[in-house]
Amino acid sequence: MLTAVTILVDGLVYSSWLFIVAVGLTLIFGVMKILNVAHGGFYSMGAYTAAWAIGLYFNAGWPPAGSYLLIAAAAGIAGTLLGLALERGLLRYVYHRDPIIIVLITYAVFLILENLVLQIWGVDAYLAYQPDTALGTTRIAGLRFSNYELLLIPLAAAIGGGLWWGLNRTRTGKILRAVIHDREMSLACGIDVSRLYTVTFVIGAVLGALGGAVTAPMISVTPGIGVEVIVIAFAVVVVSGLGSIPGTIVGALIVGLSRAAAVHLWPEVELFVIYAVMSAVLIVRPQGLFGRAPLRRI
Amino acid sequence: MDGTLRALAVAVIALAIGSLWTPDWIVFLATIIIAKGLVVLGLMVLWRTGLVSFGQALYYGIGAYAVGMAQLAFGLRDAFLLVAFGTVLAAAIAVLLGFLLARYRDIFFAMLSLAFSMILYGTLVKSATLCSTDCFAVLPPRFAGMAAGGTLAKNGLFWLTLAAATIAVYGVHRYLASPLGALTTAIRDNEIRVEYLGYSVERAIHIKYVIAAALAGAGGAIVALAVGHIDPDSTYWTTSGEFVFVTILSGAGSALAPFVGSAIFEALRAYATAYAPYSWQMILGVFLLLLILFLPQGVWSLFQRRVRRAAP
Repeated sequence: MLTAVTILVDGLVYSSWLFIVAVGLTLIFGVMKILNVAHGGFYSMGAYTAAWAIGLYFNAGWPPAGSYLLIAAAAGIAGTLLGLALERGLLRYVYHRDPIIIVLITYAVFLILENLVLQIWGVDAYLAYQPDTALGTTRIAGLRFSNYELLLIPLAAAIGGGLWWGLNRTRTGKILRAVIHDREMSLACGIDVSRLYTVTFVIGAVLGALGGAVTAPMISVTPGIGVEVIVIAFAVVVVSGLGSIPGTIVGALIVGLSRAAAVHLWPEVELFVIYAVMSAVLIVRPQGLFGRAPLRRI
Repeated sequence: MDGTLRALAVAVIALAIGSLWTPDWIVFLATIIIAKGLVVLGLMVLWRTGLVSFGQALYYGIGAYAVGMAQLAFGLRDAFLLVAFGTVLAAAIAVLLGFLLARYRDIFFAMLSLAFSMILYGTLVKSATLCSTDCFAVLPPRFAGMAAGGTLAKNGLFWLTLAAATIAVYGVHRYLASPLGALTTAIRDNEIRVEYLGYSVERAIHIKYVIAAALAGAGGAIVALAVGHIDPDSTYWTTSGEFVFVTILSGAGSALAPFVGSAIFEALRAYATAYAPYSWQMILGVFLLLLILFLPQGVWSLFQRRVRRAAP
């Protein structure tokens, strides 16, 4: 019973984290059909910006409450700058290329960002634990959980809800759905698809950076954190069916809960349970749980 | 004999003899270059159909671990047998996984192959019997029963690698010229039309996948013997990414292209890690971008253009 509760809470926290990290990838794929490997770069940029800013903030001796705003601001600034530079400066010139070539282009960008992080912040680890410890812990079923980590659950819900609201209840969202559905027809209707692509990519980049920024207080921010995250985010996105936001919620829950179960029941498989789930889903449903099978074109 | 085979013969003879007078470290580097070129040659066969495997490190790793395990379990020391074992094991696993992967294209092919390689990585890191994240020492190989000493110790593995590469290049060259090989580009252009011609696309891709895996297994086995050390990082996705990088760098113009690409890559790596260790990946990334944007057919297309201009 105790284990079940632990797995559930752990799994929910981990799923929420996965959702925050992967949803930007989903959004970009859904709208632009680009599998963005550079997402891992956004993540580490966000994490470093946040960790560095938090360090400065607490050295100045200001109250901890403001550091949460700082995390969001760091993600917003890093994501917007990177997203704008990448989409306006590079990606829009290569949209006509093969999808797999675009994957390689974003892979190149990822490699560049990995070292850019090193150039800016050096090789030393950054610790920014203060926002985490300032919130204390909660006892659930006799075990202590960090409140900061538990807060990821409402944060993920808020991001998911916000995206849902934006896509379904706003004018831009409805236009965006039209573009997702049929890009050429939307162009013909006079929608400025190019501008929407920029907006989507920037939002996706901010979400990626936010993933890194909220993670920063929970880990020691070191070079190479993006490398691991990108494959995990891929797993979630592929499981959920590329480009589906409700799918990402389900995908994150499946992956998160199975990893939590593995950690507590069968620790040896912890490292690859995510990829085992990903392979299993791809084998049974190649298009992912919520994806639509592609049409065959003659 | 066409141009590729002539070039192959000249290069192999020159390298085999030349290696007698070159210093150890160059022979070692050349062994690594050619072994990794084998892996890239396999990826090139897939790339010609428009398939990119982001998990080729799976077979590279299988080849390497096959060498280590065969030494431990059966006391196998002969270099030729070890490399053959790694190749066959990788091919056998690819035959099985190929039934699944041959159904996938584009991003899904890339992602599923990535997932398989990450499963192997996770298993290796966690398994105590394969000594987890630290080493796995590989004993120096023997050649036809002889304990290697003198010239054989220095050049034996290089000659073996050269022989393996010769067979591989000749085989792939002939394969690409065969009807089955000619389907490669046709499948990339339009799958359904190929099926209307009466060929099974799935089977053609399955065969390519096995070829690629066998070559990666051979490459992994040779690198394991040359370096004398195996670790799970050789199966991580960044290793696969490097192989994909070299494939794009080489281009798919010829069966010799992967070796040129591999040489450029290793030379670049040797200099970059020595002089700019913290911007090595950045150099790679910029290089990859420039290649995709300005030289989409890879460095081999430079040779081809020269040849075409020279011919009247």
